[in-house]
Amino acid sequence: MNREAETTATDPHPDLTSPPSSAPAAAAVDQTRRALIGTAAGVTAAAVAPGLVLYSNANEAAPRTDPVSDVHRWGMLIDTDRCATGCTACVTACDRENGLNLQAKPLGDDQDKWQNQRATWIRKVRLQDNLTGRMTNLPLLCQHCENPPCVDVCPTGASFKRADGVVMVDRHTCIGCRYCMMACPYKARSFIHERVEQNLSRAPRGKGCVESCNLCAHRLDNGDISTACADACAHEGHHAIVFGDLKDPDGPLRQALAASPNRQIREDLRLNTGVRYAGI
Amino acid sequence: MKRIVYREWRVEPARYWGLIAILGAAIAIAGLAAIYMEHEGHWLTGMTNSVVWGTPHVFAVFLILSASGALNVASISSVFGKRFYKPLGRLSGLLAAALLVGGLLVLVADLGRPERLLVAMTTYNFTSIFAWNIFLYSGFLAITIGYLWTMADRKGEPFVERVGTVAFLWRLALTTGTGSIFGFLVGRSAYDTAILAPLFVVMSFAYGLAIYILVLLYSFAADGRPLGPAMLKRLKNLLGLFVAALLYFTLVYHLTKLYGTKNTDIETFILVSGGIYTLLFWGGWVLIGGLLPLAILYHPVRGNQREWITAACGLVIAGGLATMYVIIIGSQAFPLEIFPGQTIIEFGAPGDIGGAVAPYIPSLPELLLGLGGVAMALMITAVGIRVLQFLPESLADRDVDPHASVVRPA
Amino acid sequence: MDIIMIPPHHRMARRARPQRITWLARVALLIGLLLLAAAASAERVGGFVLPSSQAATAATCVEPTEYMRRNHFELIRHQRDETVYGGIRSTKHSLAGCVTCHVGHDGDGTPIPIADIGQFCNACHRYAAVRMNCFDCHATVPVGEGWNQTVTAPSAPTAQLADTALPPGHPSRGQPAPDR
Repeated sequence: MNREAETTATDPHPDLTSPPSSAPAAAAVDQTRRALIGTAAGVTAAAVAPGLVLYSNANEAAPRTDPVSDVHRWGMLIDTDRCATGCTACVTACDRENGLNLQAKPLGDDQDKWQNQRATWIRKVRLQDNLTGRMTNLPLLCQHCENPPCVDVCPTGASFKRADGVVMVDRHTCIGCRYCMMACPYKARSFIHERVEQNLSRAPRGKGCVESCNLCAHRLDNGDISTACADACAHEGHHAIVFGDLKDPDGPLRQALAASPNRQIREDLRLNTGVRYAGI
Repeated sequence: MKRIVYREWRVEPARYWGLIAILGAAIAIAGLAAIYMEHEGHWLTGMTNSVVWGTPHVFAVFLILSASGALNVASISSVFGKRFYKPLGRLSGLLAAALLVGGLLVLVADLGRPERLLVAMTTYNFTSIFAWNIFLYSGFLAITIGYLWTMADRKGEPFVERVGTVAFLWRLALTTGTGSIFGFLVGRSAYDTAILAPLFVVMSFAYGLAIYILVLLYSFAADGRPLGPAMLKRLKNLLGLFVAALLYFTLVYHLTKLYGTKNTDIETFILVSGGIYTLLFWGGWVLIGGLLPLAILYHPVRGNQREWITAACGLVIAGGLATMYVIIIGSQAFPLEIFPGQTIIEFGAPGDIGGAVAPYIPSLPELLLGLGGVAMALMITAVGIRVLQFLPESLADRDVDPHASVVRPA
Repeated sequence: MDIIMIPPHHRMARRARPQRITWLARVALLIGLLLLAAAASAERVGGFVLPSSQAATAATCVEPTEYMRRNHFELIRHQRDETVYGGIRSTKHSLAGCVTCHVGHDGDGTPIPIADIGQFCNACHRYAAVRMNCFDCHATVPVGEGWNQTVTAPSAPTAQLADTALPPGHPSRGQPAPDR
């Protein structure tokens, strides 16, 4: 975790309202994020009354040795006003991070059909308001519900919610019935329709199972509190995605959530999603 | 009432083996189709990440519904005490078990990882209605076999009423469970209503009885057993009642949906603008599966003619498959309403479907797999009645009901 | 194995009549000898560790070799649930760790898929006629950056694993690829 060493308190409170500067490279962004986390941990330590169990991200900056717990609940705030038209950096980064770019269209499959058959964890969506005609861009991914319909319906319990709020699929017990895909209101899940020839060690994938975004769990488990999509968005200079801990009142995510009005997609279903959107 | 004598099916060997060969071939082809899909992956079906359940599920759900419906005939005699139906009980139980096995095989063969069936049988998530259904299905099979024993064995006879009642309640639970698989899906506009459960119950009544009458007519005609007009008249009147109830529940389902403004879009899709799904709804579900059979069954003359009753049963079955297609596939093809009040301009890469009607064209292997399930159900039935005493010697009116002469023969 | 097998026989023997003790003892001895012979032949069967793998340079596997031969699947399966449900990825019993250490390399230092015919996993599983389906989904060579696949110090071959093999802090990680 060489990034930890780079932590310097440059800008503990990134301005969420002004357009971000375009210059910073990924490393600089990481520094900002790390600094924020470090500061947040410090603030927590100073502000919270003694006797409370303190936790900080700092002591997690190594591969974890204890099981994930509900001390954290990982989530996101996506500021749709910052999500740029025509930009698909988050999608590309997700594809590379999770080996989705290694999928190959089976010989003989129709190109359009294949696009609807290949696994997609995050997609760029462009909306137009029916009344005003206002355009909105946003990335749509698994919303990591607190009460996920996909978990309710899975007959074997392969679709599950981890203690830290990450909704994912245990491929070892998934039988490929696709009931979770029927139940998901967001089309977040994909079925592996084809034989898979190439895999990354960190992202196993095989024919006949269902999968979806796992908030880059392999990063989280190593204490790297980030996702590929959020990093890529920041790298492009858009900073539309803030990733963090929904349970940390002083963390970057909660601060960002408090700073601007935001809502859940299909709020009417009362799923209490972990991914929130501003500007829709 | 005369003692009922049951005899093995004595159709001539050439015809029997011919039938077995045809059904066997259909099953073998379905097996090959399943292996092909399993080996290559589901990309070669019409199914996608939008339409995740396809033609195999149309057949599987239809067969499972019919299974519980076919058991009704036995229930009428042992639960509701209509002894007129008693000789029909054994075939009813056999057909129920056979249809269920056929449906489940299709369902299992379509899984992404069918070799993990053991996982499904040993790892349960009890918040899943699907997991409950695994119990309901296996329980149904066990109860039906027990029920057959009470109907067929002298020692079991004292229990027939009790076991029959359990079987009846169980089949109601099973169909309710099957309906709930769809009814509890809050994310999809076409589902998300509790009325799907009773709708599925009346569907099962109608489809199960239609299949039952067809099998009865065919097997009796094939080895020249008498089947009295009064018996047939009761069965076809019952079918008419079930079909009418099905139409009524269909009406209520759509009225319920139309009442909520938020469902206007899905209703417009199914009833007006849905292309193939609209056509299948009006042409298949309502006309072929409902109005036409009703017109035949209640026709003063044709309603009593075997050919016309056969046709009516066939129409109910065809309409039933169309109904399943609309309910299962039409409802998935209709876009998820992720962003109410917004129009989706772009959704992922071109070809990825969101906010638009998802294309679905059934592929040949899927269709063959589904038909294989039907063939399997018929094969089990044919072998069953051939080797065991399932069919009554005679269903002539005077053999079944002492008051038969009251009913005017057609 | 013989040591494990004999005690139950002793317990049975103690409760049995004197004549039967000798009889049971003989049977136990025979079983013990047979198992010894089987163990000895299993010993000869060893040697599936490929000279071109990291494992060849290690004195022992993550647990004693004999224990690993019989129980590796229990360890992997236990670790599998720890990883999937608990997010614990960095222990020595991970499948990725097995692959990293046991994968063979060709003359150019390119890793050969571990489930290929004659390679570490395949060779023994073929001999034992036990089908495995780990590699239906899991990578058969170390691909991409991962935290749970390094048991001993990584050897040279990782260098040619393109950009996906970059360490977590590497600035270029997560950058969009030109193609998709």
